[in-house]
Amino acid sequence: MRVRLLQIAHARSGDKGDTANVGLIALKPEFYPVIIKEVTCDRVKEHFRSISQGPVECFELPNLRAMNFLLHNALGGGGTLSLRTDAQGKTLSAALLRMEVEIPDELAPLLEGGVDSDAD
Amino acid sequence: MSRDGGIVRIASGQGFWGDWLEAPARQVAAGPIDYLVMDYLAEVTMSILQKQRNRDASRGYARDFVPLMKRILPDCVDKGIRVVANAGGVNPLSCRDEVLEVARETGLSGAARIGVITGDDLLERLDELLAAGIELRNMETDEPLEKVREKIQSANAYLGAEPMVEALRGGADVIIAGRTTDTALTYAPMMFEHGWKAEDWDKLAAGVVAGHINECGAQATGGNTGVDWRSVDYVDIGYPIIESRPDGDFIVTKHESLGGRVTVATVTEQLLYEMGDPSEYITPDCIADFRSIQLEHEGTDRVRVHGVKGAPATDMLKVSISYLAGYKAVGRMVYSWPDAFEKARAADRTIRGRLDRLGLRFDEIRTEYLGAGACHGSLAGPPDPDLPEVELRIGVKHSEDRHHVERFTREIPSLILAGPPTATGFGGGRPRVQDMVAYWPALIPKTQVTPRVEVQVA
Repeated sequence: MRVRLLQIAHARSGDKGDTANVGLIALKPEFYPVIIKEVTCDRVKEHFRSISQGPVECFELPNLRAMNFLLHNALGGGGTLSLRTDAQGKTLSAALLRMEVEIPDELAPLLEGGVDSDAD
Repeated sequence: MSRDGGIVRIASGQGFWGDWLEAPARQVAAGPIDYLVMDYLAEVTMSILQKQRNRDASRGYARDFVPLMKRILPDCVDKGIRVVANAGGVNPLSCRDEVLEVARETGLSGAARIGVITGDDLLERLDELLAAGIELRNMETDEPLEKVREKIQSANAYLGAEPMVEALRGGADVIIAGRTTDTALTYAPMMFEHGWKAEDWDKLAAGVVAGHINECGAQATGGNTGVDWRSVDYVDIGYPIIESRPDGDFIVTKHESLGGRVTVATVTEQLLYEMGDPSEYITPDCIADFRSIQLEHEGTDRVRVHGVKGAPATDMLKVSISYLAGYKAVGRMVYSWPDAFEKARAADRTIRGRLDRLGLRFDEIRTEYLGAGACHGSLAGPPDPDLPEVELRIGVKHSEDRHHVERFTREIPSLILAGPPTATGFGGGRPRVQDMVAYWPALIPKTQVTPRVEVQVA
């Protein structure tokens, strides 16, 4: 079935110069393999193309059930150089959670019952 | 030195200059802590402070720190809580003098020791360094510093923990630093209390991780969390506290009586904030591997952090140089239903047409429509045609000519009477022309930077 990342992950983003970082974290351990498989560097680059055309790097942090994406040249210059409302990329976390991904049907029951991320 | 079970409690009181004024006082009042650490310096802050100092030689530090000390220093000294802050900005000595004065005013003459750390400021040394062959090339573009030499506003090396450890050994109750790394504010007390050595890479790396969790204040305790945000008590939010053990393991928690939340989710979010390559989090004191971090839920509002691996430090320090890169301004106008978005777009065309006729050219003109996809671009989908209102936000920048930007700011108000209907929300007069400050990240050999530590009795 298709779900929005919002249903299986949470995220936080920030800046370093003109590079935005987006950290993506599985809400439950079972969702992490889905995220690794579906949320590839290429897909993320394609997803953000209306916001950023720069190169994208990605890193896996299985210990935190997380991935980290670096979106280079994504902030209109960064710091005080940027003319953007979101000059520090603070909302790019939420923008990534708009992505739709395919999850195995057997994971569907896990979508219910809230999001207790301490249930590890 | 050892406290109960060797546990040292290091509380975060401030995540940036402008953070909640009440937070540090609440950390001191609402339960036991041993250290209060406060981060005041973002990159942009250094250039602002340098400008203040250029206008008035006694300024250039985070001024909020002085009234805060007046409020909490007697309590801190009484309870044995030591304060570590990079409030000194580009003028730590003036900040120290003000805090000494506060200590005397609050009856702490002879009872409080104030430490100060200098040596990070390289602004006056740039020509000497360049002449000595230290090129300070831009880490990202490899360009030589000469390119922007005349426009430089500030230049500071990021110092590590060692000078702060020395100040703690000297008995400082308050340490005022300039440009230190944000994380060192948290792990300097650990090194001092636990007697960690400069080669204890894993322990230092654990300290760096703790520092990263502390450095953004409530962002680790429920602030800005995407998980179940409706249930966070923001009004009364508590800031993070690290309970540090001698072996490097630590607990992230908060005062029980305060609001907010500490969970694996909130801590993980903060760990990923401003993260680069997670395998190499480089600091002056070690390189931490964030892929080694293990988190465990250990009770209500308690998360245990262990397993952190570190590697030897490099022989360089990072230098943050800021320079004037031009001018910008942002104009705004609100349009209401009906056809709010369409009117805002017509207003944008109006401004651009007038700028064009005036022959004004800019490095960039950027238009956003707040309420209609300003943050997420086309990911947000097409705006609802029935939106109640939309804010036009149009910005321009020019690397050389302030006049062009100034002229742009005079075009915006004319939209009120000579543009599309229902324009409103224009209370602040013309937009302000702002300096654009750019950053020049560079490296300097550690041997070229000599931190100085002074501890003085009030």
